[in-house]
Amino acid sequence: MSVCYELSGAGMSYGAAEVVRNVTLTFDQPQMVALTGPNGAGKSTLLGMMSGLRPGFTGSCRLNGREITAWKRRDFAREVALVPQSLKLDFPFTAEQVVLMGRTPYAGGMFESPEDWAAVERAMDVTDTLEFRARDFRALSGGERQRVVLASALAQEPRALLLDEPTTFLDLQHQLTIYDLLRKLSREGMLVIAVTHDLNLAAAFSDRVVAMKKGRVEADAGPREALTTERIRSIFGVEAEWLKRPGGKSWIAYGD
Amino acid sequence: MAIETVTPARTLRVLAIAAVITGAVAVFTPLFGSTYIDLGRAFRGELPDAQIFFGVRWPRTLVALLSGGALSLAGVLFQALLRDPLATPYTLGVSSGASLGAVAAICLGLHTIAGLPALWVAALIGAGAILLIVLAVSAEGRRISSFTLLLAGVTINSVVMSVIMLLHNLASVGQSFAIVHWLMGNIDQVDAATLSWMAAIILPVSAGICLMARQWNLMAVGEDWAATRGASPHRLLLIGYLAGSLLTAVVTAVTGPIGFVGLVVPHALRLRLGSDHRLLMPASFLLGASFLAICDTLARTVLAMEIPVSVVTALVGGPFFIALLRSRRRSLWL
Repeated sequence: MSVCYELSGAGMSYGAAEVVRNVTLTFDQPQMVALTGPNGAGKSTLLGMMSGLRPGFTGSCRLNGREITAWKRRDFAREVALVPQSLKLDFPFTAEQVVLMGRTPYAGGMFESPEDWAAVERAMDVTDTLEFRARDFRALSGGERQRVVLASALAQEPRALLLDEPTTFLDLQHQLTIYDLLRKLSREGMLVIAVTHDLNLAAAFSDRVVAMKKGRVEADAGPREALTTERIRSIFGVEAEWLKRPGGKSWIAYGD
Repeated sequence: MAIETVTPARTLRVLAIAAVITGAVAVFTPLFGSTYIDLGRAFRGELPDAQIFFGVRWPRTLVALLSGGALSLAGVLFQALLRDPLATPYTLGVSSGASLGAVAAICLGLHTIAGLPALWVAALIGAGAILLIVLAVSAEGRRISSFTLLLAGVTINSVVMSVIMLLHNLASVGQSFAIVHWLMGNIDQVDAATLSWMAAIILPVSAGICLMARQWNLMAVGEDWAATRGASPHRLLLIGYLAGSLLTAVVTAVTGPIGFVGLVVPHALRLRLGSDHRLLMPASFLLGASFLAICDTLARTVLAMEIPVSVVTALVGGPFFIALLRSRRRSLWL
């Protein structure tokens, strides 16, 4: 059974500032979703609501039919994992210890079970992080750290994976590798929702693009429909054009 | 330098070594002192060795062990909760609250309260009052954030310290001497009843903290990190703050504020063992216990007169910590 998110009339304010307004969205099948929009559009807040970190919202946000605020955290953490934009550590934990923490929702005692270790091994394998498993997390490069954090989320064996700008600090090759992996995970039955500013990554890898502006959903469709020239102009305020490469692949060029 | 993974086997191995060290310290430090005693004679119950060993020196060693263990563990816990490597058991004001209570008792000339030694009772009341004030100030509705807790604690700590200075200023010469003596931190001989209530609080609270080590691991990374991995950060912050404060208050009430143990022991062990609290916490308790018992033995044997144990921990701990601060610029290891 796939995971199912239903947001209905969901809103969120920080003081007088309404950052998410009346959002109604359904994610009911495993797919790769790009969540995009200009700065301050409410993307990260929406992701925070969906990951259970922002409980004070209005309207309704349900996971598998149950309000998110009614879930037990431990059960919720087995369904949904979050990859934050970046992670800073104040203490020396190894990459492997960071990934191991992803198994806390399954903890039955003080130490990890063989299943826990197997899940950690798989997560570190697919994110290509095994080679520095014993190194201090703080000594890793930004891109390596981000892959370790992704591995920790995958070790939770979630059915929905939420990512806040997962590839901001990654080099081009690792951006593509990570998006390849995310798409593969969605093909294997995971709902993947990634906040991104990179419309080309969104267009090339996602099944569905949700574009937000000023807290509202402005577009929710396949990449071609959601990111038309007119929509990009009205949402992002920039001129853009779909171009075709000689090989037949399309890409979006920005600017005049 | 690589950090090894914490497995049951490694935990058992390290804790077994730490336990042997602590056991040896517990048995052998009471042998040192102005009067020579023979361990064999003491254990056979022969006088006066048995009297000096079990009646005088051993209870004092046990107080030092319990205090050192509790302070080190509280240090690790506060560092994780506040995500601040410089946090100590005293950062959030509990011990200055205890000091204020004790100083007030000295100034009022109280000797006993409800049949118990006035200093201890007043110190516990002071610690409890400050704990409640810090909680009330830092609570935002039913939530509490580590950053507000840190700011509230540090501020209230400073306010309380200046009230102590004010009282000290107003005190008579005799009271002033008693206040300074108390503020230095001393391990004195205690009776069996005191020892047992210390143990009755410190041992179960410490065990409970150690059993929650996986949650403290999450909190040491961040509150959102903990929340998305099935933990309740606000609840953990509250539990941790109360448990750590209880340990600190009980120790401070009996010994006064003893510095550096709660800072230096956790850092030294983190360098060696890594940050996984499943290993770091029990190891800090055991080896912090040994560290303070050894410091106390030095304090009462190095010079002809006894010196406050805080002086020894700071003399040993201070240079060590400066070395750590310097190494922070060169490497990642703090």
